[in-house]
Amino acid sequence: MKDKFQIEGLDLFYGDFQALKNVELSLGERAITAFIGPSGCGKSTLLKSLNRMNDLVEGCRITGRVLLDGEDVYGDMDVNLLRRRVGMVFQKPNPFPMSVYDNIAYGPRTHGVRSRARLDGIVEKSLRDAAIWEEVKDRLKKPALGLSGGQQQRLCIARALAVEPEVLLMDEPTSALDPISTSKIEDLVLELKKNYTIIIVTHNMQQATRISDETAFFLLGEVVEFGATEDLFSMPKDKRTEDYITGRFG
Amino acid sequence: MSGKIKEKGMEILFLACALASIAAVAVICLFLFMGGIPAIGEIGAGEFLLGRKWAPQDVPASFGIFPMILGSVYVTGGAILLGVPVGILAAVFLARFCPRPAYRVLGPAVQLMAGIPSIVYGFFGMVVIVPFIREHFRRLGAVNGSSILAASILLGIMILPTVIGVSESALRAVPQSYYEGALALGATHERAVFFAVLPAAKSGILAGVVLGVGRAIGETMAVIMVAGNQPRMPAGLFKGVRTLTANIVMEMGYASGLHREALIATGVVLFVFILLINLCFSLLKRRMD
Repeated sequence: MKDKFQIEGLDLFYGDFQALKNVELSLGERAITAFIGPSGCGKSTLLKSLNRMNDLVEGCRITGRVLLDGEDVYGDMDVNLLRRRVGMVFQKPNPFPMSVYDNIAYGPRTHGVRSRARLDGIVEKSLRDAAIWEEVKDRLKKPALGLSGGQQQRLCIARALAVEPEVLLMDEPTSALDPISTSKIEDLVLELKKNYTIIIVTHNMQQATRISDETAFFLLGEVVEFGATEDLFSMPKDKRTEDYITGRFG
Repeated sequence: MSGKIKEKGMEILFLACALASIAAVAVICLFLFMGGIPAIGEIGAGEFLLGRKWAPQDVPASFGIFPMILGSVYVTGGAILLGVPVGILAAVFLARFCPRPAYRVLGPAVQLMAGIPSIVYGFFGMVVIVPFIREHFRRLGAVNGSSILAASILLGIMILPTVIGVSESALRAVPQSYYEGALALGATHERAVFFAVLPAAKSGILAGVVLGVGRAIGETMAVIMVAGNQPRMPAGLFKGVRTLTANIVMEMGYASGLHREALIATGVVLFVFILLINLCFSLLKRRMD
């Protein structure tokens, strides 16, 4: 399996606080990698360093390298282009307060698509890929905020897909959703794996075992253990991993 | 036990204060309508509102305030046209682009604008805007510079703090998640601000505009100093005009009898305008919440 992301010696500071310590990870292409660990362990922070959303945080400082297909994202790479290649789905569904159609079309329009016919095509394809087309095809002009939470999250996934990213970062995408919506999103993520590299932060260890190929366990800013999901959960090498997955803390 | 009495006492005090302000509005309404409605009846509502001639001293006198209604509408419209785009863009800058050190100067400066007395604005208009129009637009028909244009520019400046203030808080109230969502799609800062944050704040911004309209239509002193105040149908951008407010304040000092009542009725018309504007504002605000 080819590596999509290579993270080398990554240290990240928020002011004086070191949130990530010497992270070394290789994330496989067209695979699902899960980041697990207790709150505040740095897993979301690492996710946000992959598309440089941490740039928005004041006082955030990063050393080390994050290579996307061998190119350092903190080097000369255009940050807007990076975020187009590396899409993101947030913990809380955040559709824009506009119509379903305009939500999906926002990204393509941002990148210069003006033709109505092309936009129509992109909107339909993205919504189909996100398994929500049947539910919203008759209400494309209705406000996106009128959808249910689970639909909103799938809409956000469709919105991310509309710019044809290579990677999809998902920051606890189901933590605000009910079990039925959660299972729909999990099925969707498994389907998307065929075409996209997916990195998902989750608090839910069952979710990690259900969908991910590889799992990284974080504790206090360090990657304690990283490996095939099956191995990590069935025979963890590190005592701390074992304690966490057996529910002794966290 | 005494605590309970004290609490009850305070409750009554608060109620009295609340009632006092409501009573003030009610009494103003009552006296305004009592003073004005009979005159409208006597002159005839159609003649009063749509009459094109205002000549209270003539025999027989004419009391048509249509020129002044148009005057107020034109001057306010001009102020909106000039002040709103500037105000909204200024608010966008303050809320999303302004570096913090600059904001420490610009924020208070905008607030200070709101506190400048209108007579000072009027003075500025008289010594700067009016002469400028007189000198530069003579060929387009400007006579002495006092004109719809002068009043529009001045009012456009005067509504800035209102438009900026309300729009800026509306922009700041937009959840950061919209901004981040746009960035995560590869949008630049500018595109995220103008096409995700700004649309999300639109009802709040509209509320600011409506409040600005209210401010412009009710402004008196500054307008009188730059508008020319001729009681005739508006004749062009560079010609003088009289607003409803100017009509009242210029003649109230010497008017008597039906003339005086007609001026109070002018106040009624103005009041109805303001009520409509406030109604719009509350509706928008409700939609915003």
